[in-house]
Amino acid sequence: MASDLTNEPSADVEAEEEVEFFLDPSRCIGCQACVQACAECDTHRGHAMIHLEYVDRPTGVQTAPVVCMHCEDPTCAKVCPADAIKQDDEGKVHTAAKPRCVACSNCVLACPFGVPKMHAEFDLMMKCDMCYDRTSMGKKPMCATVCPSGALYYGPRAYVEKYRQESPTREFHFGAQTVKTKVNMMTSPEVKALPFDVLDFLPWEGESETDASEDLFATIRSGAPNAASAAVWDHALTEHL
Amino acid sequence: MATLNLTEQEYIDRYGPNPAHTPAGGWDNRQPDKLVKTHCCFCGVQCGIQLKVKENKVIGFEPWEEFPVNRGKLCPKGVKRYMQNEHPDRLKAHLIRSLDHGFREASFDEALDKTVAEIQRIQGAYGKDAFAFLGGASMTNEKAYLNGKFARVALQTANIDYNGRLCMVSAGAANKLAFGVDRSANPWSDIPQAKVIILAGTNLAECFPILTDYVWRARDNGAKIIVIDPRITPIARTADLFLPVRPGRDNALAHGILHVLVQRSWIDESFIANHTSGWENLESLVAEYTPEKTEQITGVPAQSIVAAAELWGPAETSMLLHARGIEHHTKGVENVLSYINLVLASGRIGKPGSGYGTITGQGNGQGGREHGQRCNQLPGGRDINSPPHRQHIAEFWGVEETSIPQEGLTACEIIDAIEAGQIKGLLSISFNPLVSIPDSERTRAALEKLEFYGAIDFFMNETARHADVVFAGSLQEEDEGTVTTGEGRCVRLHNSVSPPGDARRDWEIICRLGQKLGQEKHFSYDKAGQIFEELTAASKGGPIDYSGMTYQRIEDEMGIFWPCPAPDHPGTPRLFENGKFHHPDGRAKFHAYPYRPPAEDIDSEFPLFFTSGRVVSQYLSGTQTRRIGGLVDQYPEPLCEMHPLLAKKLGIEDGDRVRVVTRRGDIELPAQIVRSIRPDTLFIPYHWAGKKAANRITNRALDPISKIPEFKVCACRVEKIGPPENASTSHGQ
Repeated sequence: MASDLTNEPSADVEAEEEVEFFLDPSRCIGCQACVQACAECDTHRGHAMIHLEYVDRPTGVQTAPVVCMHCEDPTCAKVCPADAIKQDDEGKVHTAAKPRCVACSNCVLACPFGVPKMHAEFDLMMKCDMCYDRTSMGKKPMCATVCPSGALYYGPRAYVEKYRQESPTREFHFGAQTVKTKVNMMTSPEVKALPFDVLDFLPWEGESETDASEDLFATIRSGAPNAASAAVWDHALTEHL
Repeated sequence: MATLNLTEQEYIDRYGPNPAHTPAGGWDNRQPDKLVKTHCCFCGVQCGIQLKVKENKVIGFEPWEEFPVNRGKLCPKGVKRYMQNEHPDRLKAHLIRSLDHGFREASFDEALDKTVAEIQRIQGAYGKDAFAFLGGASMTNEKAYLNGKFARVALQTANIDYNGRLCMVSAGAANKLAFGVDRSANPWSDIPQAKVIILAGTNLAECFPILTDYVWRARDNGAKIIVIDPRITPIARTADLFLPVRPGRDNALAHGILHVLVQRSWIDESFIANHTSGWENLESLVAEYTPEKTEQITGVPAQSIVAAAELWGPAETSMLLHARGIEHHTKGVENVLSYINLVLASGRIGKPGSGYGTITGQGNGQGGREHGQRCNQLPGGRDINSPPHRQHIAEFWGVEETSIPQEGLTACEIIDAIEAGQIKGLLSISFNPLVSIPDSERTRAALEKLEFYGAIDFFMNETARHADVVFAGSLQEEDEGTVTTGEGRCVRLHNSVSPPGDARRDWEIICRLGQKLGQEKHFSYDKAGQIFEELTAASKGGPIDYSGMTYQRIEDEMGIFWPCPAPDHPGTPRLFENGKFHHPDGRAKFHAYPYRPPAEDIDSEFPLFFTSGRVVSQYLSGTQTRRIGGLVDQYPEPLCEMHPLLAKKLGIEDGDRVRVVTRRGDIELPAQIVRSIRPDTLFIPYHWAGKKAANRITNRALDPISKIPEFKVCACRVEKIGPPENASTSHGQ
């Protein structure tokens, strides 16, 4: 599987076993190698099908890479009035079919993960297809090949379960909607499904400049720097500024 | 003489930097003729990569997953590095300054003849040392060796140095003082086996992105990560312990941690007794650095200092890695030595998962400093001041020992000497001092005083605009050779394409100059491989021994770690096994330097710290990366990071134009209000030129040993100019 000393996945094992996509934003360093590499694909050169954003740069350096989660029952396809979005036999959801897409953007608005984008110059919704051209030839998707931090990983589940601290989940609750996906999201070990709440997106709501609410961060790794908390800085010096 | 005679816009129109989003002629998606296994041209990881080549042009890349260091991983610079060979700005002809307007194209011979005539005129009139040479650490080992030989044998000038002077020299000098040898002690494969890792002054995720995965794998193995930095960089975001050190206080912090280690008896007394010297002095020095006193100096809370000692002290295995954050200081060497003290006191070095490394910023930051292009060095890491070393190299080269110049000036001192009128002529290669040396208006004034300036580069960098002759040199992919990565692994670069137009391989330009200076027999090589054979032979028996290496072996073994003194020697991935160090007595040395303030500390007139560094999408002075559209889009222009507490006090909002002022000058740019920086500190990345150059305001005060300038701390103030210039100014990416 891997060297127990360096816990490095070995290429030959990765090639042999059944492989899956694992997404771990906690490892992301925001470098955009994934986005730059995606835009190198011959079939959509110059256009990235994935994106990466700061969660909230004023308060920290956390970034989130966004690839298509490849839902079992894709919302984007369900809301498409032209039946342009197709899932292949392996469950991967593809870019809208050019002859059918009416560029209505229903999919863009409906996707719970914010994945599809309307490319106005082509009048076409284009999205990540997990590098169909590469994965169908036994290669890894480009983004997961180049990602220098392991935030995007394509390999056997057994490797992830044995060596990584976080654990994978493929179930998401958006209000009343439960979404199951092909791509795994890495989470704290005890989390089996990810609930999404508007409060997740407003972690600093109602806070004063210097009084960070520690409770909101109680679940993060203890002692880790919290950019929202002025407590990590030198109070004595800031007072005389 | 060397004043500019075009406007800024005219230079940009003719020579760039113009960000290109596609290669000249557009995307080429045809099947490539070949895939060339080689390495990235940027940082000291030297990631393996395959370049797609079609009809002698680089048209794309493919990950190289078999290369063991990065296994296909790349940062955004690596992904886009292939965009240079067919870039519209690429210099394809040699240029000679035309008196009235810019440059005119010239034949290779005319450019050579003019340069040689000026070298001879200046050296005849003012002496040999009045002509200086500045090299670079982005070049191959072969070119580093050749530059040193060219300066000593053909120019016979003492004044040769390189841009590694701005980068790795504090670490190198400290490594020699502590260990007796200048190389990272461990291969990076030791990182995931460490149970605690200190990252001191290294923005690892942005400057050495591939190592992030090594650190995360260590964390998966249960390692605790301690990050020391004035900013919460991406690697610091999830650290177990973050020590937000006040700029310029790094060695006091190391002393404070060691103080606690001594108090709690978390030191390896038997290792200290058997394998080191100098402990007593250090022990009495750190006795003063109580957590409370250390907090006062460093701004790091006393309990965090104790917590760091509690993580480091009892650990079974550990790695300490540092970079420019502690090295770019007037006490850079002292800082590094103080962190090495933590490693030696623990006795955890020279073992799997235990040791030490410095993170080299430039592609050949390691090899570029080994083969003789430094002012104090001869090939094989030999000392130009050592009579036996001089004699050895004189015999190897077949020259008189007395003809080899003595130690000359370092890079910043060469610029100072030009300003002072002592140096009249300069030849530079792969170096853009106008952007990369502190106090850039003084650098500009110095360039204008040169009687002759020749520059070799593949793009017209901002310094080369001042040149009398510009040689169109070679990109990394247009030549072959070797580089030695940050872990001491010598790897092989393969030739992908030939230089376009009349551009020449760099070593060919240097050799032709050497020949025309009358040293034909010393500079007649047919290929880079002959230079490599000569440099490995020259290194034999020296402190840095490559003599067992060949191109074939390096390729077959995916790189070889030096020392490698024989053809059947496997190379040396891990140094200092069994406590054997490279000083004559076999011991490592502790050093006890008390804390002293930076050359320029804050005061009532300049009440804030200023510090500079990099962003992930740009490389060094931006000569290459400011021309690659995808990378430019990612972070288009410099921003001034400041904490909201400071911004609020000064009435500054995100995106407002601000002016940052120091005793050297000022810079105007948008503010980026972020909670990830100390409230008493401003940060600006340094990759841009002219009015956007952070080095307009930095301090050219030098470390007394390494002669590195103090990029990482000086005193400044900031004032608001007005609201954002336009609503579309990007300040998030």
